[in-house]
Amino acid sequence: MTVLSHPNDGAGGGGRAHASGSTGRAPMSTARRPARPAGALVPGSGAGAGGHSGTPVEMVELSCQFGNIRALDGFSLAIGPGELLALLGPSGCGKTTALRVLAGFEAPIGGQVLVDGQDVVGVPAQKRNMGMVFQGYSLFPNMTVLENVAFGLRLRKVGTAQRRARAMNLLEMVELADRSGHYPHELSGGQQQRVALARALAIEPRVLLLDEPLSALDAKVRAQLREHIRSLQKRLVITTVFVTHDQDEALSLADRVAVMRQGRLEQVATPAELYNRPETPFVAEFVGTMNRLPGRALGPGRVEVLGREVEARNLPGSVAAGALVDVLLRPEEITVVAAPGARGIVSSVTFRGAQSRLDVLLSADLLVKVDLPSSAASALPAGSGVEVALASDNVLVDPARQTISLAEEPV
Amino acid sequence: MRPWRAAVFAVAGAYFLLPLWAGLRFSLAYNGTGWSLEAYLGLGGQQGFGTAVWLSVQLAAVATVTTLVLMFPTVLYVNLRLPRVRRVMEFVTSLPIVIPPVVLIIGVLDVAPGWLKASPFLLALEYVVLAVPFAYRALDTGIRSIDTKTLVDAARSLGAGPLTTVRRVLLPNLRAAVLSATVLIVALVLGEYTMASLDQFSTFPTWIVLFDQSNSHVSEAASLLSLVLTWVVLLGISMIGRPRASRRRFGVPGRLVGARVWPRETGGPAGSDGGLARVGLPGSVDGRHVVRTGMSMGPAGLEGEPL
Repeated sequence: MTVLSHPNDGAGGGGRAHASGSTGRAPMSTARRPARPAGALVPGSGAGAGGHSGTPVEMVELSCQFGNIRALDGFSLAIGPGELLALLGPSGCGKTTALRVLAGFEAPIGGQVLVDGQDVVGVPAQKRNMGMVFQGYSLFPNMTVLENVAFGLRLRKVGTAQRRARAMNLLEMVELADRSGHYPHELSGGQQQRVALARALAIEPRVLLLDEPLSALDAKVRAQLREHIRSLQKRLVITTVFVTHDQDEALSLADRVAVMRQGRLEQVATPAELYNRPETPFVAEFVGTMNRLPGRALGPGRVEVLGREVEARNLPGSVAAGALVDVLLRPEEITVVAAPGARGIVSSVTFRGAQSRLDVLLSADLLVKVDLPSSAASALPAGSGVEVALASDNVLVDPARQTISLAEEPV
Repeated sequence: MRPWRAAVFAVAGAYFLLPLWAGLRFSLAYNGTGWSLEAYLGLGGQQGFGTAVWLSVQLAAVATVTTLVLMFPTVLYVNLRLPRVRRVMEFVTSLPIVIPPVVLIIGVLDVAPGWLKASPFLLALEYVVLAVPFAYRALDTGIRSIDTKTLVDAARSLGAGPLTTVRRVLLPNLRAAVLSATVLIVALVLGEYTMASLDQFSTFPTWIVLFDQSNSHVSEAASLLSLVLTWVVLLGISMIGRPRASRRRFGVPGRLVGARVWPRETGGPAGSDGGLARVGLPGSVDGRHVVRTGMSMGPAGLEGEPL
């Protein structure tokens, strides 16, 4: 599993300014939206992309079937006007299908797609006015960069001079104005995706759809383009759906992240909330790193783990007191102290800058990952005996146990 | 490796050039010892020459347009919407190669209505059948060599309907594939003998064989001229298909249009043409060399854009 690059210390995790980060579950975080800069998109073009405040989009009970695969299974999700929402999930979870249904490339067998309150199911893709950036390079090889960006305007019968001006304007936004006369194959992958972004924005789409646009790029370009997309999206105030299987990307880019699993919505929340208060074991383990430790239910909302009794925010009432459960803990929710001869043994230490990751063996088949400040970790080389303790007051449990170690005893 | 290369080149070159050289000598021979251009100069006035050439050109045009109009949308649809049908299509479209032309033609003559049998354009329809394997593979290779699905989706999301997508996005990017399909069909039609002869129409190839019995010098001259003529036609086709920007690069070696057209097939439309191998398509149409041999002294126009 990947470790998030930013420390999570509660509200506003990752250092990004989420007005809604600390207040929790504002369903549509519209308050955060900055005022639209005057003339942001194109001079003299009247309305900007998608109007002045973005277009609300809602997917209602969407179902989609391919052969005997149910790609979407009653998927519902509301996206606020001007919001950047990431659809995150493992491959095959239906996130790309959801995006393609939104774009009009796939027809759902049931459900609605409401754009600005109107159901667009049945409207062909070419009439939906949604800009899309694809995973693969999608620029038209027979056209120059400028012609690519102007293509949508040409179809809309915009005059030559005007569409040229608008296309150039967008190319300036993605910092590729000097490449306007080049052909796509003369550009790097990152440049091609920037042109694709400009092309999608040129038609002033009501909704911008991004289908893993960064996945074919190398890490450095990916990070740059990620910032680029974010700043453009904020500047243009355009409702955006971003499909990705990369949790770092989703958490660092999106206003809210929708985690999908098997064609259904698992949880939708701000990145900080998703990381700090995942609602289901699936989300907890998919986003960030999670430890599973055996624990014991003590009664409604209480659980014992690592020798402490703490609150369990999702313990179902059906779990009887005394039942064994798995407790899910982030590496930073666990601390260790040196205790020679104790049960825990440090098996490896990975230096990660300010923090270090310790793998601590509690038994032959129970490995716990712990994050410590590197200064503290330096005193605990591999082989040290340590005592493991809980550093959290509120934990997530999974009644479906996967840990079977420790002779059925909670640690 | 170098000497081997030279040796192979020499053998292959001799294989192709010696018959041509022999033919040229024969067509220029006069009274056993002298030399004369008479066979060439008198060609236009030979009985039936003009009509035979004109008929072949017409048939080539009709067969090419019909085949492309039928096959382009079919291949596109199969690739975009019915990828599972591709295997079936590959099999079905290879039937005209597997079934001997004689069998095809007997079947056709059995079922074709009288008015159609009386028209030489029955031949054009038969050529469409013969051309399907080549057109299908040329177009299929082209469509699969670009990310057609993404390009179509991108065009649609920008507001292009199906026709606009084909016209502005697909055709320009599949130019090489369409061109190589066209080249193959034209070469096929200009060299086909079996069907034309069984249908008893006087196309250019059948005229050459017929005339060979009365004046073999003239017939030989016509064969050689037809080779030149075919090149000129194909050069013209490839010039038309060439976008302005790359016309400047005319003559710069590029990838052969048809180089990737024949991944597995052996044999070819001219395989059964026996004695007429020199006309249009040479008899040895094999493997990856269809276009190369078909245009053995190929015009530079056959070098498409790298696919």
